Amino acid sequence: MHHQELIPHLFRTEFRKIAAVLSKLFGVENLELAEDIASETFLSALENWPYKGIPENPVAWLYTVAKNKAKNHLQRNQVFAEKVARQIKYSSPQKEEVEIDLSEKNISDSQLQMLFALCHPSIPTEAQIGLSLRILCGFGIEEIANAFLTNKETINKRLFRAKEKLRTEKVKIVPITIGIISQEEINSRLETVLTTLYLLFNEGYYSESQDTILREDLCAEALRLADLLIGNEQTDQPNVRALFALMCFHSSRFKARKNEKEEMILYQDQDETLWDQELIARGTYHLHRASQGTKISKYHLEATIAYWNTQKADTKEKWESILQLYNRLLQLEYSPVAALNRTYALAKARGKRKAIIEAEKLNLTTNHFYYTLLGELYTEIDNKKAQENFQKAISLAKTQTDKQTIQKKIDILTVT
Amino acid sequence: MEEYALIMRHEDGKKIASPEQMEVWMKQTMDWIGGIAAQNKFVSGTGLPFDDARVVKTKNSKAVVTNGPFGEIKETIGGFIVVKADSMDEAVEFAKGCPVLQGEGNSMEIRKIARNDGTHQ
Repeated sequence: MHHQELIPHLFRTEFRKIAAVLSKLFGVENLELAEDIASETFLSALENWPYKGIPENPVAWLYTVAKNKAKNHLQRNQVFAEKVARQIKYSSPQKEEVEIDLSEKNISDSQLQMLFALCHPSIPTEAQIGLSLRILCGFGIEEIANAFLTNKETINKRLFRAKEKLRTEKVKIVPITIGIISQEEINSRLETVLTTLYLLFNEGYYSESQDTILREDLCAEALRLADLLIGNEQTDQPNVRALFALMCFHSSRFKARKNEKEEMILYQDQDETLWDQELIARGTYHLHRASQGTKISKYHLEATIAYWNTQKADTKEKWESILQLYNRLLQLEYSPVAALNRTYALAKARGKRKAIIEAEKLNLTTNHFYYTLLGELYTEIDNKKAQENFQKAISLAKTQTDKQTIQKKIDILTVT
Repeated sequence: MEEYALIMRHEDGKKIASPEQMEVWMKQTMDWIGGIAAQNKFVSGTGLPFDDARVVKTKNSKAVVTNGPFGEIKETIGGFIVVKADSMDEAVEFAKGCPVLQGEGNSMEIRKIARNDGTHQ
């Protein structure tokens, strides 16, 4: 990989790790400092690598630079250093000097502890998620804005206010592993923690980014963090297992989703022998364990739908179940995607004519998937209308790949 | 956008359906609600099971508790959902799709939810 691609790639995989470790070390009141040092580290890479060449081990290079920058800051700022050192001594009395530990274990621990610290009730949920995505998941401000369907300015303001609040509230980072946080407090924060992991996974799974390795890495990260939650007694709860199962089922299709030319292969055209059976089995196990509680979360419903999607055969039972699951999911939480998928399931379970009536009511007139769905429902019932809808879908589709996929559907229509 | 309660009334709540019939009704009701939810117009809803229902009445200034809503009147409320709608007409259209109406004599009552700001509007 050339440095022009490598640096952005490493930024996405390593920024969050460095930021998590440093922010845990410096405390929640110094989030910006942690962010700044992580950013400066990448700036150094941008300044050095084009001239001196890419180092043999780029990640190790970044970690060394980050450590040095952190140590320099501590040396320049004696008061701050003493404060940090006191905290370190408290948790590990054998160490005299501040050690910046970028081992895999400490990265995971830091991410998890920071996740719970940032999901603090003193700031609004949207800010909790926004900060977590920025600092622990390495999202850019624009990506966060996209996730919340708003603009960069709003997000910048929201994150700034949240950091101020965390500072004035003197929020502490406490290791969740040793049971300092009470169970109630964990429960009250867990919901937001799960939303963050869900968004992190979705960004990897659905984003339009062409960087396959990166996307799989984001998903793997979300899976890893969810797995850590399951491994911890206090956070091992049914909805955590359900979310984990959902991620397993989706991830099982990674290999089958793209052809050699990196083009997306739609579900119905995928070679199911490429689906990862081990991940499916893991998901099934955790979904089973998740059904032991009494509360059904949206993750339970989505995971069960995803489970049915690991069965390729078009059985009546499958579509009836999926339809009923979407009926329930939409009652819990509306989303255009769920509305469209529900209508597709309705067509499969109750026939296209019935689904057309329901689809016409959805009114998602700015969504190209909406017209694609209508086109598919009208196919063979009224090919002329099918064509009209596919044409509308093409005019609304944003990427060339999407336009081509829809054009293929028009090409096989026979209109008389 | 206002909120409306769609109240399902059964002409005779004592009629007992077979488990198979119950299952069909259940699915139809879920499809009906799912269709409204897919338009982002569903607010909340609840079924009101007949089993073990009680009625409290005043008789001679005293509260008297009887079994079930099935006294002199046969008609019972089976449940209700709350929807968002732009107008009463739209709310009525939602109600027309309710599978309860397949039963002869059953009805749907549509009532606007008070805004709870003291205006009764």
